[in-house]
Amino acid sequence: MRFVDEYRDAAAARALAARIASRCEPGREYKFMEVCGGHTHTIYKHGLEDHLPPAVTLVHGPGCPVCVIPMGRVDDAIHIARRPDVIMTSFGDMMRVPGGEGSFLDAKAEGADIRMVYSPLDALKIARENPDRNVVFMGIGFETTTPSTAMTVLRAAEEGVGNFSVFCNHVLIIPAIKAILDSPDLRLDGFVGPGHVSAVIGCEPYRFIAEEHGKPLVVAGFEPLDILQSVDMLLAQVGEGRSVVENQYARVVPWEGNRIALEAIGKVMRVRPHFEWRGLGFISHSALEMSDEYAAFDAERIFDVPGARIADPKSCQCGEVLKGVLKPWECKVFGTACTPETPIGTCMVSSEGACAAYYNFGRFSRERVREATRA
Amino acid sequence: MNSDPIAVEARGAKESQVLARVERARRRKAVVREERITLAHGAGGRATRTLIDAVFLEAFGNPLLAPLEDGATLPLDGARAVFTTDSYVVSPLFFPGGDIGDLAVNGTVNDLAVCGARPLYLSAGFILEEGFPVADLRRITASMSAAARAAGVSIVTGDTKVVQRGKADGCYVTTSGVGLLERPSAPSLTAARPGDAVVVSGPIGDHGAAIMLARGEFGIESGLRSDTAPLHDVVATLLDAVPGQVRTLRDATRGGVATILNEVATAARVAVVVEEDAVPVRPEVTGVCELLGIDPLYVACEGRFVAVVAGECAGRAVEALRGHPLGEDAAVIGTIKDDPPGLVLLRTAFGGTRIVDVLVGDPLPRIC
Repeated sequence: MRFVDEYRDAAAARALAARIASRCEPGREYKFMEVCGGHTHTIYKHGLEDHLPPAVTLVHGPGCPVCVIPMGRVDDAIHIARRPDVIMTSFGDMMRVPGGEGSFLDAKAEGADIRMVYSPLDALKIARENPDRNVVFMGIGFETTTPSTAMTVLRAAEEGVGNFSVFCNHVLIIPAIKAILDSPDLRLDGFVGPGHVSAVIGCEPYRFIAEEHGKPLVVAGFEPLDILQSVDMLLAQVGEGRSVVENQYARVVPWEGNRIALEAIGKVMRVRPHFEWRGLGFISHSALEMSDEYAAFDAERIFDVPGARIADPKSCQCGEVLKGVLKPWECKVFGTACTPETPIGTCMVSSEGACAAYYNFGRFSRERVREATRA
Repeated sequence: MNSDPIAVEARGAKESQVLARVERARRRKAVVREERITLAHGAGGRATRTLIDAVFLEAFGNPLLAPLEDGATLPLDGARAVFTTDSYVVSPLFFPGGDIGDLAVNGTVNDLAVCGARPLYLSAGFILEEGFPVADLRRITASMSAAARAAGVSIVTGDTKVVQRGKADGCYVTTSGVGLLERPSAPSLTAARPGDAVVVSGPIGDHGAAIMLARGEFGIESGLRSDTAPLHDVVATLLDAVPGQVRTLRDATRGGVATILNEVATAARVAVVVEEDAVPVRPEVTGVCELLGIDPLYVACEGRFVAVVAGECAGRAVEALRGHPLGEDAAVIGTIKDDPPGLVLLRTAFGGTRIVDVLVGDPLPRIC
């Protein structure tokens, strides 16, 4: 397929892999975090780690939108969805995320009207077609998905659709990275920066990572060669003792971001004083809620929301996995009590979650497979 | 922190222990934890398998059912008959390349064919929703009749039920079929062994991709058509070309090629290694899957099968298939290995390796 195959070429990958290996100083180990769940998915889907020398480790970060939703917010959303006058709409990824009292899929089987949509505009369409019902969109995601939620609210306001609202769980990437940088358990050599998020917020907001924390960051695209090239760029910076923000994904990401998208978000939403993240706890100024001007579209103000606070199950180590402190398989319940079929933690749900990606794509010993296929 | 080889090895050993524990957990007896049926139970992936093991096999278990092949082989008075059944709930009922009618006939014909049987007789049961247009029913029965003629089978018994408006979605069809095993050996899920080759009979995912687009939810136009077709003849071509050397045959319907390969790996306790570059997929299907974030290996086909054949016969098998109109793009896509048993591994076009696991839920319900 044009414009895709070029970025998945095995020969180009081998050439890059050789350069990456040559950049590694003997006896030194390099750890880079890919912040974005989309990158985690690409890494596993294409078996990218086979191209990396043992000295380079990719640590999976907190950028999986579904993974950071705390259980209480799922329960709150189900509470709204159970009202007979409500149609809850959600991205498919969200359907199996467990709350304290089951998931959307369970609530749907019990009779709640919960529908999967591919975009918030689909939810708005459902609202137009069902004027006697309240249609709620479960807004999740980083700055990648936030603009489309904001634009949809603007459209709803313009068209005067009064039965549409958003249960807003949109989160911000920078506070999440700050939380990682402040985590004492982790030593990183740099970041593979998120691609789509950066297309919205631009590259400037990352400057403090390079300048104050001395960690290089390379904004990367989502094809496997993009990620390999970004690793190469990070190793070059480390080797030269530099730490700056670089943009590998310039074909999509403008340095200054997307002004129109940012304006739409600024109009419709405002920063929450604090928000609970799955496994990471409360992080101040880390999420968005609807602004006063658009209160009429705020499901939290329209409906009585219990504001459930559910502690993560004791056995769940999603927090450590999200911070990159643990590899998925190092979690105590990985693959035994916690599986994609019966997930305890959110990291096991979304295809962008580190645990699900490892379980579905990477759950084998590379040495053993090399051995077996050599014969 | 350094890349001390002993430390790296110790980490690898610990990871291997965890993986071994995970594999043991996967082999544990299935338990249905949900109190109610969810859509995942119908997706053909792990939840479906759990439901079959924990509810249906628990209640019905018997030696003929236990192998869980596409049909049961019945010893009847000297002859060996194959008996199978399938229900169809596809939405929309009419789609590019076919409709629920030919799907229902071809699906059951194919289940018989991949058991190695010559399809003979079908039943047809209809569940109709009050208000369903008779003209649509006539369209469906006309294409069933044409499909039956093409497959050389007769629809010899049937049933009709009508339910209140809103209690069904237009029309559901159930077909059962009987065929005869005429060759000495029949393919089986457990027969794959190391050194065998994995063959697909044509480009994969056409049916699923065509249905997704036909629903109109994505606003994408394409020329994609369902691949629904009766496979008895192309299967016979293969079985005659390499007699006794076809170990396993399955039509790649719900859950696609990936699901079949996982069934093979589990049942035969072998590893399946697939070369991504070798898998035939139409560019339109690749495009749709890329947009929706779906892997074509999981997308349903209704006129393609997966065959495991003895390694030395792979060339002859593919050549014979390519001589048949329904096997023109047949290809060897992988090989059977002994280790690690139960896993399907993909060598990606990018030069890496990954697992192709059983799906948990269905990204796209009501494909067939």
